[in-house]
Parts: sequence; structure tokens; C-alpha cells
Amino acid sequence: MPAELKTWKELPLGGVVPGGTTPEINKTGSWRAERPIWHEDKCIQCLQCWLHCPDDSILTKQQKMVGIDYDHCKGCGVCAAICPKDAITMIPEREGQCGK
Amino acid sequence: MPNIKTLAQREEKQVRFTPGHTLCAGCAEPMVVRTVLNAIPDPVVVANATGCLEVASSRYPGSAWNVPWIHVAFENAAAVIAGLEAAYKALKRAGKITRTIRFVAFAGDGGTYDIGLQALSGTLERGHDILYVCINNEAYMNTGVQRSSATPRCAAATTSPVGEEIPGKPQDRKDLTEIVVSHHIPYVAQASVSNLIDLANKVERSLQFTGPKFFNVLATCPLGWRTPRASAIDQAKLAVETRYWPLYEVVEGKYRITYKPKKPLPVEEWLKTQGRFRHLFRDEKGKERIAEFQAAVDRHWEELVKKEQCLSGVQEQG
Repeated sequence: MPAELKTWKELPLGGVVPGGTTPEINKTGSWRAERPIWHEDKCIQCLQCWLHCPDDSILTKQQKMVGIDYDHCKGCGVCAAICPKDAITMIPEREGQCGK
Repeated sequence: MPNIKTLAQREEKQVRFTPGHTLCAGCAEPMVVRTVLNAIPDPVVVANATGCLEVASSRYPGSAWNVPWIHVAFENAAAVIAGLEAAYKALKRAGKITRTIRFVAFAGDGGTYDIGLQALSGTLERGHDILYVCINNEAYMNTGVQRSSATPRCAAATTSPVGEEIPGKPQDRKDLTEIVVSHHIPYVAQASVSNLIDLANKVERSLQFTGPKFFNVLATCPLGWRTPRASAIDQAKLAVETRYWPLYEVVEGKYRITYKPKKPLPVEEWLKTQGRFRHLFRDEKGKERIAEFQAAVDRHWEELVKKEQCLSGVQEQG
């Protein structure tokens, strides 16, 4: 949630909810207890993690995995479980580095 | 048919269901939604019945839906999507819309099997050109795991707790896919979150038919099934491999099983991994119940294989 609540003048007219706005509003990455770490050298770009990610947090470019969106990843570990090459491992969140 | 790259390409162009929704970690629902929406190349309009998906994706002041989306009550997602489609057809006839738009309804098993069944039946009978996706997690998970008519027998739910009187839910689940088949609509499919490319293929294949298209997709619920949150795919895969949840499609009345497990596992393998069936592994009585469960699964599978043989015109070995 934003730090300060909006006033009625700042809200969209009629209380309309604009589509696709949750990435800005809910940074669900704060839910995480375990953090996925991507090992690029082991990755075979099968995109299984991208397909199965509930939070769309596997970032792709030109249909290739390029990283993990730690702002929204909830740390469920589905990607690590589905990965055929163990290219994603889960570590406790406290051992993770900020922004990586 | 779309492969994983095609789907990724489409999502890079437009993210139709954005992150930041507040579904549980490890929930299978967004996987189904993303796959279905990415499998449709045309613009889509979505109607969403009440349920986890609706509650968690549209918390004010945000919405995870990057497509035109309407939330309706539990019982009428099918009726609303039918109305939208009728309006679209009228505007198209008047020449005010020229492009192809697809109409998709998402509802849970509560909103489909139980509360929304009559609206669904009406929509199917009237023959609206829509896709209806039932995201089946086998109970009312949003309100706290109450049993629905999709809940399998012996599963513990808050309204059918395990005790001396009953072993969880005493009744079998109903076979909604077959009920929908009886409406003689052009395309009906059963899919699972463990086979998402199969689901994407089914969605894309169904688009060539005009009329209602129905998908019953098994979606694991780590909360209600009492399973570890990373195991959603493994759970769904076991359901398919034990033949509990066969993957098949019925195209204009012709059955085709899209995946036949080479070495089917006993259903026990699926049951023992879930907390909601834990009581079955405590005593002798539980063993009997597992045997009954297995018999029901086998009977259903044999029926399906027979239907495929009789109604496909192609003789295959079951």
C-alpha cells in the first residue's frame, strides 16, 4: 500500500480501478521467506519456471530467461521444484542480498 | 499449436494477468489464467465469478487484469459472459465492431459445479460463442475449505470433518465434465495444471469452433489440500498419473484421451501426499476406503476408455 492514503480528488473518477495496476501497488515480494537463486550457467532456457510461476516473476526477454522479479516473487518454490537442471535453488531470505 | 516460446512471446507483448495479485504463494490458479489468456491470440474479455481468483486479483485500488474484466456474483459468470457475447454479436451485425474478440469466463468449482450450474447450463444450451474455464481446486477454498460437489470422497473439509461418524466427505464427486458433454457443445476438455502446454493446445484448438467451449482444469490448492506450497505441480501430476484426473477432450461428441499414463500409479500415491486424506492412513478402515477410492477411479477410467473406443471411430488400445 502507498505510504499515504489518497484523497478523493486523487482517486480515479468514479472509483474506477485501472487494469494491470497491481504490480505498482502490491509488492508481494515482502511475503517471501525463501528466496529463489538463479544459476545462469546451469539454465537450459526451457522456460518451465516461467510457465509455472504463479506470480509472473520470471523475467524474460526475447523468450529467454533473464532473471527473477524479487519485487513480486512470493518465494513459493514452484520454479525450483519444476526446474529439470536444478538451475534455481531456494535459500533462506535472510541470506539473500538486497536486489539480487 | 502454441509451444512455450509462442506463449512467452505473447506475454512479452502484453501481460494480461499481472503480478502483484494476492493469491497464496504456490497457488495454481494464476498458472491456469496466464496459460489460457496467452493461448488466445485475439483480444479477450473476461468475466470472473466470485472466488479466490476474483478476490485476490482485484483488491481496491488495483487490478491484476490487463484485459477488460468484469466481476460478477458466484452464480452468474456464465450468464454475464453470454450477455457480453450477445452484445458483441449485435454490434458486429451493426458494423460497429469488426475485429474478433474472445469471451472467457473464469470460475472456481464452487461457482461452476454448485452455484453457477444452472446459468452455465443455460449458456451452453443457447450456444453462445464463449470459453468457460472452471478452475477446479475441489472445495470452497476462498471461504475456508468447505466441501463442494467437486470435493473427492474421503477428503476432509470444514463442513465434512473427519470423525467417528464420517470419514471426511462421504459422497463421490460429481462428474461435471460429463454433464457438460451432455449439452452437446462443440468442445469440452479436461486439463490439469501439471500439463499446461496440453491446456494451451486445447484452448487454441477449441477456438476454431463456434459455440460454447468448456474447460475443467484441476488446480492444486496448497492451503486446502494441506500440501507443501512448492508441490502444486507434483500434486497435479500425481492426480494425472494415478488416473484420478484423466486428461481428455470431447470434440463434437468424439472422445480423445490426450494423455495416457504408461505406468499408472495406484491412487494411494496421490492420497498419501495430502493432509486432507491423512486419516486414511491411520487404520484398517482407511485401507478399505482407499480400495473403494481406487475402484471408483478404475471404473471411471474404464468408462472413459470405452467411450473413446465407441465414440471416436478409431480403435485404440486402452
